[in-house]
Amino acid sequence: MLIKTVFAGFGGQGVLSMGLNLAQAAMLEGKNVTYLPSYGAEVRGGTANCTVAVSDEEIASPVASSPDFIVAMNQPSLVRFQNQIQSGGVLFINSSLIEAEIPRGDIEIVRVPANSIAEELGSPKSANMVMLGAFTKKSNLVSVSSVIEELKSTLKKKQKLIAINQKALMIGYDLV
Amino acid sequence: MNGNSAIGEAAIRAGCQCYFGYPITPQNELTEYMATHLSRRKGCSFIQAESEIAAINMVYGASLAGSRAMTSSSSPGISLKQEGISYLAACELPAVIINMSRGGPGLGSISASQSDYFQATRGGGHGDYRTIVLAPSSGQELADLTHRAFDLADKYLVPVIVLGDAMLGQMMEPIEFKHEAPDELPVRSNALRGAKGRPSRIIKTFTSKPAELEEINWSLFRRYQLIKKEETAYEAFMVEDARLVVVAFGIAARIAKGAIKNARSNGLRVGMLRPITLWPFPSQKLKDLSKKTKDFLVFEMNMGQMIEDVQLALEGKGAVYFYGRPGGVIPTPTEVSRVISRHYYQKGLKSAK
Amino acid sequence: MRKVYTRPRSLKRVPFHYCPGCGHSIVHRVMTELIDEMHLQDRIIGIPPPGCSVFAYHYFDVDMAESAHGRGAAVATGIKRAYPEVMVFTYQGDGDLAAIGTAETIHAANRGERITAIFINNAVYGMTGGQMAPTTLSEQVTTTTPYGRDVNLEGYPVKMSEMVALVRGAVYIERTAVNSPANIRKTKKAIRKALQSQIDGLGFSLVEILSPCPTNWKMTPLESWQWIDKEMTKEFPLGVIKDITGKTDAD
Ligand SMILES: Cc1ncc(C[n+]2csc(CCOP(=O)(O)OP(=O)(O)O)c2C)c(N)n1
Ligand code: SF4
Ligand SMILES: [Mg+2]
Repeated sequence: MLIKTVFAGFGGQGVLSMGLNLAQAAMLEGKNVTYLPSYGAEVRGGTANCTVAVSDEEIASPVASSPDFIVAMNQPSLVRFQNQIQSGGVLFINSSLIEAEIPRGDIEIVRVPANSIAEELGSPKSANMVMLGAFTKKSNLVSVSSVIEELKSTLKKKQKLIAINQKALMIGYDLV
Repeated sequence: MNGNSAIGEAAIRAGCQCYFGYPITPQNELTEYMATHLSRRKGCSFIQAESEIAAINMVYGASLAGSRAMTSSSSPGISLKQEGISYLAACELPAVIINMSRGGPGLGSISASQSDYFQATRGGGHGDYRTIVLAPSSGQELADLTHRAFDLADKYLVPVIVLGDAMLGQMMEPIEFKHEAPDELPVRSNALRGAKGRPSRIIKTFTSKPAELEEINWSLFRRYQLIKKEETAYEAFMVEDARLVVVAFGIAARIAKGAIKNARSNGLRVGMLRPITLWPFPSQKLKDLSKKTKDFLVFEMNMGQMIEDVQLALEGKGAVYFYGRPGGVIPTPTEVSRVISRHYYQKGLKSAK
Repeated sequence: MRKVYTRPRSLKRVPFHYCPGCGHSIVHRVMTELIDEMHLQDRIIGIPPPGCSVFAYHYFDVDMAESAHGRGAAVATGIKRAYPEVMVFTYQGDGDLAAIGTAETIHAANRGERITAIFINNAVYGMTGGQMAPTTLSEQVTTTTPYGRDVNLEGYPVKMSEMVALVRGAVYIERTAVNSPANIRKTKKAIRKALQSQIDGLGFSLVEILSPCPTNWKMTPLESWQWIDKEMTKEFPLGVIKDITGKTDAD
């Protein structure tokens, strides 16, 4: 099975690290993975996105023209990507920053108030982790323990950060 | 680790001692990797040069002194390196040149393209020379072929080009490094390190005698013939029973492979030949394939460059079709699948015996 | 009602792609004001570089053409020699003008080409993501000097304006900054003088502008304005470096 996910949002919302986290967790589980970030002048405008492909087989193209999952962390990303998602796919919306109605009936929509939850937690920057938690549960691509393990190895010795991120992740995970 | 960084790590593990580069997207992570990991290594040197012309000439100097040296850039910067590559070839100096190519001509775009095939395989510089050109199609191959590039350069005393692209450079996938960095490398026999205990040595290209230059060219030619014989590399995928063979390299081959798997699942007998060395080109393999397969579809992310090598190799013994997307547009496997089945049915290959 | 502030006519009605707090947008504004005031809109050609300002042709409503990295001065020379009636300016970054384009710049100046170089010194390669520039300060951390610029390995910050000033054909060279209203006004005055020297057919002119790059300096716009005052001007003092135009100030 080949599953492609696009994470998109403002630069600084941590969308690239969400994707990276997923990709590394999948690598940890021995799957075939590609991670492709947006880059260059595209990034100047302040938006960022990345595509993660996870598969049991060799991956032909790391680009997703019709992704299975889309995680939209802000309004412009939603506008840009909502029509690309595959029929039957799942659209994850950061409902703290996105209010729009989605005119498509053929996809499933998961709304996660990622920013409000993160703020309640006292760490607004971990909104991406809340979302990643919800994504991990719903998408079932990798186990949450792999995501946590990966988090620990990227943050290395920053115990406090690990604790906050892990907490945010689990809240998101338990949400769906 | 993304593809660009993987090249850096592989180079260090291959014993690269000198890296000279100049920033250009989409290969900056490689220059930055070397700034972080090579610059402070013992006996190693990293310089961000003032231009690509300076960088390739620094490589020339480091190679003169017997060092394993590398530079990297992307298309517009590679154009500027051509003069230096010509001198490296003429002086029989090993060097590794990485091109993470982008869309052209001119400044073009920074997304993945294969429009530098001619530049790489024909030699954009002046003179009757060749460079080995390796074309990786995955993160793992970026690492493996970078290592191989250093070995080939030293073995044959030629500059070697690794022709990647923007996507391979930015993409991250699992990579296994198979070598540890060597503690010490043997000193190359033609290195200039001062005439201590031996007569002084001259490395030069200029001669006032045409006959002498002819001899130099003959000797290069003989070496190139040897490389053709010994080092041609390719991947043949599901070609045994194929009625249509797709010929593609680098990232395009990877996309084609996905398309071929689709086609196979629909019962189409399609295979692929992927040149790993673009020069020397696997002409003999193509000729052999043409004994069984008569239809070839060349797929490139340009408007038809490698197709000329395919046509030359087949010598008219097969029909050659083309599909290409220029300018940094990345085709999808589904798109290529459609092209494959269109040709397959139009040429009546479904019912062919 | 009296209009006191408006968009210059030669500045197109397009949003800038520059990061918030970027000096490029300020210099664009100043340049286009001058083009209007000096009535140059229909007789000036601009040569923007590869760099963050590569899209300058989307903003200046005058004839513009791209050049290869660093070759601006040579391209401008060609235009000016082919069609001397027109005014020509290059708009170049520090990587563009002071690294890869050093030779073109020095030699255009030495020939006394009647062209004007607008030289944006932001101490980094902005476009490519914050690598060391020739003008990067000693100890400054960039993506290719992760341990700080070490002058023993990477050399010293290049003072291009002072170098060009040594060349006989250069007639007007000034270094300014765009980190305060007063400095922005001085920048405008300097560019006006440079353009005037070209109109008068005197020779090569160059204005170096210390310009904030909050993104790659990893600072807020305000911090980057302060950093120019505190750090950059120490290495790159502001003021007229060379003036053999024989003119006194116009205002
Ligand atoms: C021959 C060549 N080499 C490298 C590049 C990549 N490149 C584009 S802009 C640039 C330099 C940008 O820095 P600077 O001139 O300081 O302008 P800034 O973006 O900081 O305004 C480089 C190296 C190129 N376009 N062409
Ligand atoms: S990166 Fe720096 S120079 Fe480029 S637009 Fe942003 S602030 Fe300006
Ligand atoms: Mg700059």
